[in-house]
Amino acid sequence: MREEIITSGRMNDKIDPFLNIWHWEIPLYLFLGGLAAGILFFAAFYSIRGKEKEFPSAIEKAPLIVPALLIIGLISLFLDLNHKLYFWRLYTTIRLESPMSWGAWVLMIITPLSFIWAAIHLKKVYPNFKWPFPWLDIVEEFFIKYKKVLAWSMLVSALILGMYTGILLSAFNARPLWNTSILGPLFLVSGLSTGAATNILFAKTHLEKKTFSTIDLALIGIELFLIVHLFMGLLASTQVQIEAANLFLGGPYTAVFWVLVVLIGMIIPAVIEILELWKFKIPLLIPAIMVLFGGVLLRFIITFAGQTSRWLY
Amino acid sequence: MRYAMAIDTKKCVGCSDCVVACQTENNVPIGYCRDWIVEVNDGTYPQLEMEIRSERCNHCDNSPCVRCCPTGASHIVEGGIVLVTANECIGCGACISSCPYDARYPHPDGHVDKCTFCFHRVGKGQQPACVEVCPTNCMYFGDLDDPKSEVSEILKIRKYKTLIPQAGTEPQVYYLI
Ligand code: SF4
Ligand code: SF4
Repeated sequence: MREEIITSGRMNDKIDPFLNIWHWEIPLYLFLGGLAAGILFFAAFYSIRGKEKEFPSAIEKAPLIVPALLIIGLISLFLDLNHKLYFWRLYTTIRLESPMSWGAWVLMIITPLSFIWAAIHLKKVYPNFKWPFPWLDIVEEFFIKYKKVLAWSMLVSALILGMYTGILLSAFNARPLWNTSILGPLFLVSGLSTGAATNILFAKTHLEKKTFSTIDLALIGIELFLIVHLFMGLLASTQVQIEAANLFLGGPYTAVFWVLVVLIGMIIPAVIEILELWKFKIPLLIPAIMVLFGGVLLRFIITFAGQTSRWLY
Repeated sequence: MRYAMAIDTKKCVGCSDCVVACQTENNVPIGYCRDWIVEVNDGTYPQLEMEIRSERCNHCDNSPCVRCCPTGASHIVEGGIVLVTANECIGCGACISSCPYDARYPHPDGHVDKCTFCFHRVGKGQQPACVEVCPTNCMYFGDLDDPKSEVSEILKIRKYKTLIPQAGTEPQVYYLI
């Protein structure tokens, strides 16, 4: 047998023996970004189609939590920075080649949009609510008048945000596990699925619950399809990609990924949703929470596993 | 102008002089390094082959670290040298993840740091610190666009390789084999 032993004198903190530069902050930020994108997407989509009556929770209620999600996401992105005092440098340039830059700017656009959207629906959710200053009513009226424009911009930026959470990682050629274009769609669909799950949690009417559970079911189906393709692609590629896939096929991430993410986060909730839609009475709260749990773990596992996958030399 | 380095793996003895010289010259924080020694043992006894080489940032022609930087802190200056401007860097770590050679590290001060090809020295016509101290004279530094430079001359007559060429970064540190 031919062997190669490589000894390196380098021992830089957070780089060796395995890259460990991103901890909980980035995956949390990716999850919250995807979830926010999902909620805003459905809100904008049904609002554009004029379904305010049918989907009040998805359009009015669920988006109320989005500003908080995005702010927590931004805080965790900020905590990830090592040179925090210079964070404003993100907003002095636009660098089209850098996904990080895209993300920072998309957040800069979608966060105010989510605030406006939440604000113009406050009175619908809490009928007794009153703005403390009368000029806020004028502002509100203005935005209600242009709600369609608002909804369209939200729809587009939500899709970019959802896609971006995957592209941030897939743009790194240096980490073979991440360097696959499947990651963008996978994280987008997973973000939409967690958004649909949140809408189930907020839904009051049977119609809303049923619609979002059907949507979630379809999205889980797409996710499973993308995951199969992710591994087919990696396994059909070069040695480094095969080794990246092996992290999940017998390697250290096998159990957590297949049991916690795929089984508990996707397959079991899908089965429960099918049973519920078919005829059984099961609270949809259960699959919704499982989907959210799977969504968090998917980001964490891919972020951590990707850092241990590398080129060989 | 295109600065490049050629390192003779047949001459390198792995003494780490270049590592220490760099740490002193560039004030590298204790416990970190911008260049390092790698020893590769290939084959099984008694058919063994050994290669020792000094590695650092490859100042790639197609540098992912510069592309992914959201602030422009990672940039390319004259001669293709890839640099990081400390007070533009937010320490997001994107460039660290993007380097297939793991040549960058997070400086304890928060910004990212790596080999500069001793930009401050070569501008004055001096050699990088590592090249200057090497006791076996195994490193060559110079301008690839100048056919008369030491690097161009040695690359003409010797066989060489680059590290992970398949990553597509077009590294500019050449290893003579
Ligand atoms: S070796 Fe790494 S840090 Fe240096 S230029 Fe190439 S990709 Fe960038
Ligand atoms: S850590 Fe600094 S140099 Fe690296 S990509 Fe981020 S801002 Fe640019």
